[in-house]
Amino acid sequence: MKRRSFFKAGAAAGAAVTTAPAIWSEAKAQARNETLLIVGESPPNSMDIHGVGANRPAYEVSWNTHDRLMTYGVKKDANGNDHYDYTKLEPELATEWDLKPNSVTFKLRKDAKFHDGTPITAKDVKWSFDRAVTVGGFPTFQMKAGSLEKPEQFVVVDDNTFRVDFLRSDKLTMPDIGVPVPVVMNSELCKKHATAADPWAMEWTKNNHASGGAYKVERWQPGQEVVYVRNDDWKNGPLPKIRRVIMRIIPSAGNRRALLERGDADLSFDLPSKDFAELRSSPKLTVIGTPIENAMMYLGMNVNQKPFDNVKVRQAVAWAIPYQQIMDAVMFGQAIPLFGGADNKFKGVYWPQKDGYKTDIAKAKALMAEAGYGNGVETTISFDLGLASTNEPLTILIQESLAQIGIKATINKIPGANWRGELLKKNMPMITNAFGGWLNYPEYFFFWCYHGQNAVFNTMGYKNPAMDALIDKARFTSGPEYEAAVKGFIDMAFEEVPRVPIYQPLLNVAMQKNVTGYRYWFHRQLDYRQLAKG
Amino acid sequence: MLGLLLSRLATAIPSIIGVVVVTFMLTRLLPGDPAAYFAGLAASPQAITEVRAKLGLDKSLPEQFVGYIGDLLQGNLGNSLSTGQPVVAEIATRLPASAELTLFALIVAVAIAIPLGVLAAVKQGTWIDHLCRIVTTAGVSLPVFFTGLLFAYVFYYLLQWAPAPTGRLDVFLSPPTHITGFYLIDSALTGNMETFWGALRQLALPAISMAIFSLAPLARMTRGSMLAVLGSDFIRTARASGLAPRTVVFTYAFRNAVLPVITTLGMVFSFLLGANVLVETVFAWPGIGLYAVNALITSDYAPVQGFVLTMAVLYVALNLAIDLLYGLVDPRVRLDA
Repeated sequence: MKRRSFFKAGAAAGAAVTTAPAIWSEAKAQARNETLLIVGESPPNSMDIHGVGANRPAYEVSWNTHDRLMTYGVKKDANGNDHYDYTKLEPELATEWDLKPNSVTFKLRKDAKFHDGTPITAKDVKWSFDRAVTVGGFPTFQMKAGSLEKPEQFVVVDDNTFRVDFLRSDKLTMPDIGVPVPVVMNSELCKKHATAADPWAMEWTKNNHASGGAYKVERWQPGQEVVYVRNDDWKNGPLPKIRRVIMRIIPSAGNRRALLERGDADLSFDLPSKDFAELRSSPKLTVIGTPIENAMMYLGMNVNQKPFDNVKVRQAVAWAIPYQQIMDAVMFGQAIPLFGGADNKFKGVYWPQKDGYKTDIAKAKALMAEAGYGNGVETTISFDLGLASTNEPLTILIQESLAQIGIKATINKIPGANWRGELLKKNMPMITNAFGGWLNYPEYFFFWCYHGQNAVFNTMGYKNPAMDALIDKARFTSGPEYEAAVKGFIDMAFEEVPRVPIYQPLLNVAMQKNVTGYRYWFHRQLDYRQLAKG
Repeated sequence: MLGLLLSRLATAIPSIIGVVVVTFMLTRLLPGDPAAYFAGLAASPQAITEVRAKLGLDKSLPEQFVGYIGDLLQGNLGNSLSTGQPVVAEIATRLPASAELTLFALIVAVAIAIPLGVLAAVKQGTWIDHLCRIVTTAGVSLPVFFTGLLFAYVFYYLLQWAPAPTGRLDVFLSPPTHITGFYLIDSALTGNMETFWGALRQLALPAISMAIFSLAPLARMTRGSMLAVLGSDFIRTARASGLAPRTVVFTYAFRNAVLPVITTLGMVFSFLLGANVLVETVFAWPGIGLYAVNALITSDYAPVQGFVLTMAVLYVALNLAIDLLYGLVDPRVRLDA
């Protein structure tokens, strides 16, 4: 090779090397601007919210890819952030509705289409509602919470008119039609994939969509990522601003934070409290923490076992919990205190609210002595290892504090997979646990957690006919009578303390400064439709 | 040769049957109720019963076992509940991801460990011997998840030399057309160089963290085995006959020393394939180890059984391959002995 041509070749190669990455990054930068990259911890396990064991990330897929008849309005919360408004139902597929005492009639949008171009009609709505109340498991259960129980309740009046007949007057019926479960599915498409053994095409919808919502799933790699594109023909709301959304699973929390801080990812919910507390002061990121409605972290005591069958012991425990220490050392301030109120009484028709307990070891000791346990008692305290990052330090702090009043509690760590099963048995003497309800009504929470029907979430096995009467009354009344009932059961819950409220958790989210429009939803999943980036 | 292969395979059958029975029993004996877990947050006892019936968990153990064997014979490993996908399909996409990472790490490790071990043995007591000692000690004493996290922090977070640890490919690249499941090979075959570089960049950090770990046993074994051979009579004779040092070391000593190295290689490979869960977690690598651990956490029986079975078959195949390799490398090894 001649010297000159050697240099030429070298220069050309050099140029190729320097330009190639540049072209790549430009294309990437373009794609980057139009795309929202979310990094999360757990992947969806189904594309169908009605599927067996569909998990929370699956609700998010369903929420963004399907339409419901109604959605909720928006308000500003105390910090000026967008917050769904549970008092305001707004049109989605239905443009208007006529609410009568015994039924509600929905008018459906005329030009709305599914992703495959088929018009959305009332028979699709009926098929989808029938499916939700028939297939069993979680969807059927959630529908029941709003007294939506039988296919006969759902009536096709004509192509664009759909009626729901009420079984009873239940104030949760209308709100329940706006939750993630009653989605509208493409009935003809589903029927094509139905079999005799599987009349609702559950197998097919696990991996496929029969929907018409604002986003379509472009690629789903189970356990790894979901890629969405905007449905440009969407009619059931304002066209979303973001064209593509990628939800990628990053199992290591440290890396999720690193990706956010380096600006490589746009948004994440799944970080430890400590990281959120630290990121709050970061100039590069926005962190929004919204109190999770109708949710609390609590210490539950089994009222059917000694010594917690004695109300004095339960009160002693409530006076012995190191509340402030938990707030500071476990939650890094990322929660709302539910202790230390002015008195131990009802403070208004909202839930959760502060009770009157605070850390007072002397008072707790006196109560223990009064109850006849002055010499101390042994028991166990259990928690879910699946949520150990919060539960473990919290439980240890409580254990130390209880030792001071003579309750010697051994810690029992229960693996996540086993937790639900153990809760069902209702034989753990003491647990630390969290619960949250979708529908923001005090009686909804109490129905699950304090009612003598003894649902899974009444983890204390608490049964009190006076309490049940008040809860049932609140469910089906309104006005002063309703308020009196709520006051009654809240006062009773504070006095009897089968569960000791500790704090109300926050739903935290961290995002890049250029991401706007984040809205808190009761289902605690992300709604891509309101977000913007720029 | 073929007869030999078949007889070796036949001896593997009882162990595989054992694995099937044991994994079935073990997953059922584990505490945890998948029905309660998958019935969702607001499940009532009857909702859980419904889910249990749907999952077939209300049947007796023998009935469940017969059903499982029947499915197995049809090549059906069941469905994973936590991802909702057939286990066979999941393993088919995840095994190549783990295998690509492991093989790449192993190639890097071999490329460094064997020359290092040979040199350390030949120049015993010199700086290169000390270097070998330092590298191997560091390698075994630094756990993979630690080097992985450290690398991600230094090379991604601080220096930005490495790409974001988001899995096998950058978020904005599409995976190559599926041929072998190995992204490097598939993208090279289809001429998709952008994806090839993307995949290689993602592969670098996890592979190097694993290579550092697996380097140690390989280098030590090479060094030890070379030292033993170099001290033996036939090498002294070769040297005395005036053969060139190069011929002595490579043709005579190395070929005789490589046998234990191959054994170690096989062990390291099978160990890495199953045990790289930590690297997979740190680098969001969608591999088989991560899959199995997630399944265990959720009491998801089918993937756990599928994973153990796959690994058992893989070990059997690997052992067979190594045995055959012995015969090729050293004619003195009698396989049927």
